[in-house]
Amino acid sequence: MKLLNAFPKYHKQNVVSHYCPGCGHGIVHRLVAELLEEMDLGKRTVCVNPAGCAVLAYKYLDIDMLESAHGRGTAMATGIKRVRPDLFVFTYQGDGDLAAIGTAETIHSANRGEHICVIFINNAVYGMTGGQMAPTTLLGMKTTTSPGGRNPRFEGYPLHITDVVASFPGVVYAERVAVNGPAAVQKTKKAIRTAFQCQVDGQGYSIIEVLSPCPTNWKKTPKESFEWVSEVMMKEFPLGVLTDKRGGGA
Amino acid sequence: MFLQSESETAAINMVIGASAVGARVMTSSSSPGISLKQEGISFLAGFQLPAVIVNVMRGGPGLGNIAPAQGDYFQATRGGGHGDYRTPVLAPASVQEVADLTYKAFDIADHYRTPVMILGDGMLGQMKEPVVFPEPIAKLPEKDWALHGRGDGPSRYLASLILDTTEMERHNWMLVRKYQEITANETSWEEYMTQDAQIVAVAYGTTARIAKAAIKRVRKDGVPVGLIRPITLWPFPTPALQELARRVNSFVVFEMSTGQMLEDVLLSLEGKGTVHFHGRPGGVVPTPAEFARILYREYQLKVKASS
Repeated sequence: MKLLNAFPKYHKQNVVSHYCPGCGHGIVHRLVAELLEEMDLGKRTVCVNPAGCAVLAYKYLDIDMLESAHGRGTAMATGIKRVRPDLFVFTYQGDGDLAAIGTAETIHSANRGEHICVIFINNAVYGMTGGQMAPTTLLGMKTTTSPGGRNPRFEGYPLHITDVVASFPGVVYAERVAVNGPAAVQKTKKAIRTAFQCQVDGQGYSIIEVLSPCPTNWKKTPKESFEWVSEVMMKEFPLGVLTDKRGGGA
Repeated sequence: MFLQSESETAAINMVIGASAVGARVMTSSSSPGISLKQEGISFLAGFQLPAVIVNVMRGGPGLGNIAPAQGDYFQATRGGGHGDYRTPVLAPASVQEVADLTYKAFDIADHYRTPVMILGDGMLGQMKEPVVFPEPIAKLPEKDWALHGRGDGPSRYLASLILDTTEMERHNWMLVRKYQEITANETSWEEYMTQDAQIVAVAYGTTARIAKAAIKRVRKDGVPVGLIRPITLWPFPTPALQELARRVNSFVVFEMSTGQMLEDVLLSLEGKGTVHFHGRPGGVVPTPAEFARILYREYQLKVKASS
């Protein structure tokens, strides 16, 4: 008899999550763990995890991991992949990490077309530090550092970093997905599978942006947060494949 | 393998990544770039990852200039980045020694699992001298801690985040024990004409070479000066200075800064003897004649006057 709710092989067993109820991190962790098993990658994987809530991802993912300083994940992943091209290397980063402090590393690793995968969790706020404005915060959205709502006159516009890197020749695959419902989760798994396959096939850099709920900092219930992703966030960040330059293999 | 990065910040983090999977890896920059690398050097210390960082010092602060200087001594020897750690610092004074100490830096880094800094200056960085390369070591040390995918074993995690305060304290004391071991085993210095010296000059790197030339001059006039040249700036050769202080009363510190190593000399001497400082900051390279004048004067004031 098969235990249907068992954790996948590369997810630690019987762990209690520190993530808030309704947070998207746990869902994406599980998808990653499932794919590493299904694609037979877990044994040769090194994951670079970020500063932010997912700094504790090592408590859940049962693979070799390297902690990164805030924003530096793709530079570290570059170092790993360049000296050990046989390893499967991915970074797991939030929007504060990837799109603010790590913008330069994100842009240049993508522009070099490093053979790495980037899992980009976009929840439109700085989660761990208490819900400050992120580069991805929506216009009008209230955060602790934009209490009157984000005003483009003073705080600029939501940064579409995935669209930026998708325009680079070295970025083979970029897709924006969400995890606010069973169908969305399945699409996210498919997208991450495609991204992982790009590296396996030696095609190059891939990035999957996941719109992910943060009920605690959005001051919403999990259900409201899931709805808000569809009704508000997707208007600013539409889902879909942003680039697909996969060819016949390297 | 060589990889050009977009920034010093990215470079040091590429180094962290490569080191984490077991590669021997180094990065090089000049003063302002080293400030940018300090974040990563702190992480290397926390992760206990080996790496070699070369700083070819230039005039500062800020952009300063691109002339030889020694103003980054504090930054190099006091850790440099945030947190409670030390970085072994090797200070070559010739191109041959640049080569020798680079080999040694990698060995120290691997043996103690620590970042190691090679601290040169703009003079050494642009100097051409013949070099005999040391024999490469036949077999690199095993790195059983390196990440390479978990394989069939348990997963591993390299981290500097230790949220539990007592665990963090234990980690810090463990690092201290490592630094004590490095201090006991790796402290190195050169003594030059100290046997009969009544005045001892203290200088490192390019400044030490200039001091040697000055000492040769004053020795011709019978002025008994010697030199102690720290090769490791951290750990500092305190035992050598304390030993000399048993019979020498007069020390002269030469630096291309406003007085940074001076503080380590004062700490090492613990109040024994007198210490005179002569420094030229800002990229000005002092001359042997200039140092010789200082040594003649020191001899007249301190040694002849009291004899």
